Amino acid sequence: MDSIIVADKLNFYYQNEGEAPQRVLKDLSIQIAPGEFVAVLGHNGSGKSTLAKHFNAILLPQGGVCYVNGIDTRQEDKLFEIRQQVGMVFQNPDNQIVATIVEEDVAFALENMGVEPSEIRRRVDEALRSVGMYEFREHAPHQLSGGQKQRVAIAGIIAMRPRCIVLDEPTAMLDPRGRQEVMRTIRRLNTEFGITVVLITHYMDEAAQCDRVVVVDDGVILLDDTPKQVFSHVEELKKVGLDVPQATELIYELNREGLSLPRDIISEEECVTVLAELLSHSR
Amino acid sequence: MLKDITIGQYFPGKSIVHRLDPRMKIILTVLFIIMLFTANNFAGMGVGILFLVVGYLVSRIPFSMIGKSIKPVVPIIVFTAVLNMFFIEGGRVLFEIWVLKITTEGLSLAAMMALRIICLIAGTSLLTYTTSPIALTDGIERLMSPLKHLKVPVHELAMMMTIALRFIPTLIEETDKIMSAQKARGADMESGGVMQRAKALVPILIPLFVSSFRRAEELALAMECRCYHGGEGRTRMKQLKLSYLDFVCCGFVVFCLLATIVCNNLLPSVY
Amino acid sequence: MSTPVIQTENLSYVYSKGTPFEKTAVENVNIQIEKGAFVGVIGHTGSGKSTLIQHFNGLLAPTSGKIWIDGEDMWANPKEIRKFRFKVGLVFQYPEYQLFEETVYKDIAFGPTNMGLSQEEIDQRVREAAGFVGLTEEQMAKSPFELSGGQKRRVAIAGVLAMRPEVLILDEPTAGLDPRGRELILGQIQEYHRRNGNTILLVSHSMEDVAKYAQKALVMNDSRVFMYDDVDKVFAHAGEIEQMGLSVPQITRIFLRLAQLGYPVSSDVYTIEQAKAQLMTLLKKGERPNA
Repeated sequence: MDSIIVADKLNFYYQNEGEAPQRVLKDLSIQIAPGEFVAVLGHNGSGKSTLAKHFNAILLPQGGVCYVNGIDTRQEDKLFEIRQQVGMVFQNPDNQIVATIVEEDVAFALENMGVEPSEIRRRVDEALRSVGMYEFREHAPHQLSGGQKQRVAIAGIIAMRPRCIVLDEPTAMLDPRGRQEVMRTIRRLNTEFGITVVLITHYMDEAAQCDRVVVVDDGVILLDDTPKQVFSHVEELKKVGLDVPQATELIYELNREGLSLPRDIISEEECVTVLAELLSHSR
Repeated sequence: MLKDITIGQYFPGKSIVHRLDPRMKIILTVLFIIMLFTANNFAGMGVGILFLVVGYLVSRIPFSMIGKSIKPVVPIIVFTAVLNMFFIEGGRVLFEIWVLKITTEGLSLAAMMALRIICLIAGTSLLTYTTSPIALTDGIERLMSPLKHLKVPVHELAMMMTIALRFIPTLIEETDKIMSAQKARGADMESGGVMQRAKALVPILIPLFVSSFRRAEELALAMECRCYHGGEGRTRMKQLKLSYLDFVCCGFVVFCLLATIVCNNLLPSVY
Repeated sequence: MSTPVIQTENLSYVYSKGTPFEKTAVENVNIQIEKGAFVGVIGHTGSGKSTLIQHFNGLLAPTSGKIWIDGEDMWANPKEIRKFRFKVGLVFQYPEYQLFEETVYKDIAFGPTNMGLSQEEIDQRVREAAGFVGLTEEQMAKSPFELSGGQKRRVAIAGVLAMRPEVLILDEPTAGLDPRGRELILGQIQEYHRRNGNTILLVSHSMEDVAKYAQKALVMNDSRVFMYDDVDKVFAHAGEIEQMGLSVPQITRIFLRLAQLGYPVSSDVYTIEQAKAQLMTLLKKGERPNA
C-alpha cells in the first residue's frame, strides 16, 4: 500500500537573531504506512518535534520533499486537505482547547471545514464516544482532569476523520492515571479505527507498546525498527540520552554478568517468563 | 483566594427562560430597558416589576440573587436617590432643615430613579443568569452579523470573546500559582505603601504575561491544525432556531411595554 | 532522638469552608520528619500531597491542628510566617514559569534579597546555588527567557537553593523533561543533599525516581497519610500501592510476580542493582549442588 507520509531527504534550519543557522534536520528520510503505530524517540532538541511539524505542513521543508497522502506539503492550495488528513495533538492540553464547552470544542475543526450542522453533531458525538468522553460533552474544560482534557483534544482531531494523527508528547504533563487513559485511547484509535499513529514521547514504556520505534538524534534517524530490536541497543540508546524499560535493562545487566538471556525482552511478562525459567533451571 | 471568585453568572437550568433563543433574550432585554425608561409613573414601573417577578419565578432563579447583583451598585443608587430627593422641588414640602428641602415630588422621583436602576440591574442579570456565556457570545455574533457588510470584524470579535471566556479560569489558576511561588521565595505582598505594593506585583505580572503569550502561540498553532481560517465558509454545529416559545415571550414583553405606555397616558406623570 | 525538622499534629485542611464547594484536602495528619532525611512523597493527583507540602512552608494555614518547624510552632505568631518560608524552601511544579528578572543572576538573587541579606552574602549565595545546578558564568548574565526549558528549570531551583533552606521541598521537579534532563536534575539534588545534609522532600509520580533517590517514602491517599517509612518497607506494600492507582517500579512488579510464582525472591526489590544482586546470589546458590 502507498505510504501515508513520505519524507525524502528533509532539511530544516532554525535561525536565531545574530546567530549562525542551526541545522535541525539533516537529509532525513522516513516513510509511514497506513495503520502503523510509530513511536518517535529522541532527547529534547534532537529534531523530533521539528520532524513531526512537517507532517501536516506547519513547517515546510527547506530542502527535500514531504508528501502527505501523495500531496507535496508545499502546495498551498491543498493546505486544509493536508491538515484534515494528518491531525496533530500537542503537549499542553490547556493550550489547545478553544471553546468553553467540550462538545463545542470538538466541533471546532468541523465548523472551520464548513460541514453541515447535522453532520457535525453526528461526528462530534461519534468522536466523543471513541475517546470515552461523551458523558462530559456539556462540561467546561477547566472542570476536567489533565487526561480528560487531552482526550477532548484528541476527539477534536478525530472528528475531522483524519487518516493519521501525530501526537507531540501528549502525556508529558499528565499524572500516571492520565497517561494510562490517553495511551489506552490512542491504542484504541489505532486498532479499532485503523488510524495511523505517530507518537512522540519520552516514556520508554509507551514506546514499547508501539509497532515501530524510530530514534532521532541530532537531526538524523539513528534506529528504526520494532521495539524489541530497538531496545536491544541498550548502550546506543543510553549514549543519546534515552532510557530502556527496566525489564530490558535488568536482562542487559544480567547478560553483562555472563548470562546469555534473549536480548529482546521489553515487557514485564516476558521478563518474568525468562527469569522464571532461569531460576527453575538453577533450582 | 482568587479561585473563589465565580466567573460568569450563569446558573444552568432547563426552564423556559433558559431555553429561549439567546438572540431573542438579548432583544427582549433591550425592550425591557426601553420599558423602564418610558415608564413615568409608579403604575408603569409596577408593570416592569411584575415582569421581573414573573421572569425570576419562571426561570427558578432565587430572588436573593437580585440582592447579590445589586450590592456593588448600592452606592450609586443611594447617591442618585439622595440627589433627586434634595434637589427636585415641587409639591408639598415635607421636611426642611437649613437649605435642604424634601418635597413630595422629590421623594417620588427619587423612588422612581432607585427602582429604575434596581430593575435595570435585575433584568440584565436575569439575562446572564439564564444564558451561558457561549450562547450569549453566539447571540451577539448573529445579531451583529449584518454589520459584516460595514466591514466590522464580527466573527473575530466573537472569537476573541469566546477565547477570553475559555482562558479566564486557566489564567486565574495560573496567577494563584505564581503568587504562591513568589511568596515561597519570600515576596511580601501584604505590607508596605502603595508604591511598594505596586512593585510587588512585578514578579507576578511578568511571568503571567510571558505565559499568556506562550499560551496564545500554542493555541494559534492548535487552531491552525484544525483548519481555522477566520469566519469565511464557517458553519456552526448549534443552529439557533426561533420556536413558538420565543414568540410567546416576545408577545408578553410587547404586551408589558404597551401596558406601560397606557399607564403613562392614563395616570399623571411623577415628573 | 533529636527534634524532628517537621512535625504535625492532627493537621487538617478544608478548602472553601462553609460553601457548597467545601472539600477536605488533608485530614488528621500526624507526621514527624527527621532532620537530614531524603523523603519521596507519593500519591495520585488529588490525594492531598500538594496541599500538605504547602503547609510545610506556611503558604497554607491549617484549618485545625498544629505544625512545628524545628520545634517552633509555625503559627504562634502569624506575622512572622515569612521566617519559615526561608527555612523551608518550596520549588513548585513547572517552576520555570515564575522567572521574571532581566538576568538569571538577578532572578536567583530574588529570594536572598527578600531575606534582607547584605550584598556580599547575596552574591556568595547566588554563585553557590548556581554552581549546584551547573549554570555557567555566561548564562548568569543572560535573560532567563533565552535559556532552554531544562536550563530555566535549574535557574528556578537555584532561586530556592540560594535561600539556603533547611528543608527543601520539590514538587515534581522533573515533570515534562526528557530522560537526560530528569537524571541531571535529580543527580544535582542528590549531590546537594549529600554535601549539605539538608532535609529533602521530593514529590514525584515516578516510583522509579523515588526508589532510586529517596531513603524514606511518604504515601498519601484520600487526604490521609497511608504510610511513612523506609523506602524498602513501603515498596513491600506494592500491591496496596498499586490499588491506590499508583504504579510501583516495573522491577518491583516483576519480582512480586516471581515471588507469587513461588520463587525464593524477596518482594521489596525496587532498583535494577538490587534485582541483579539478588538474582546473581540465587543463581550462584543454585549452582553449588550441581557442581
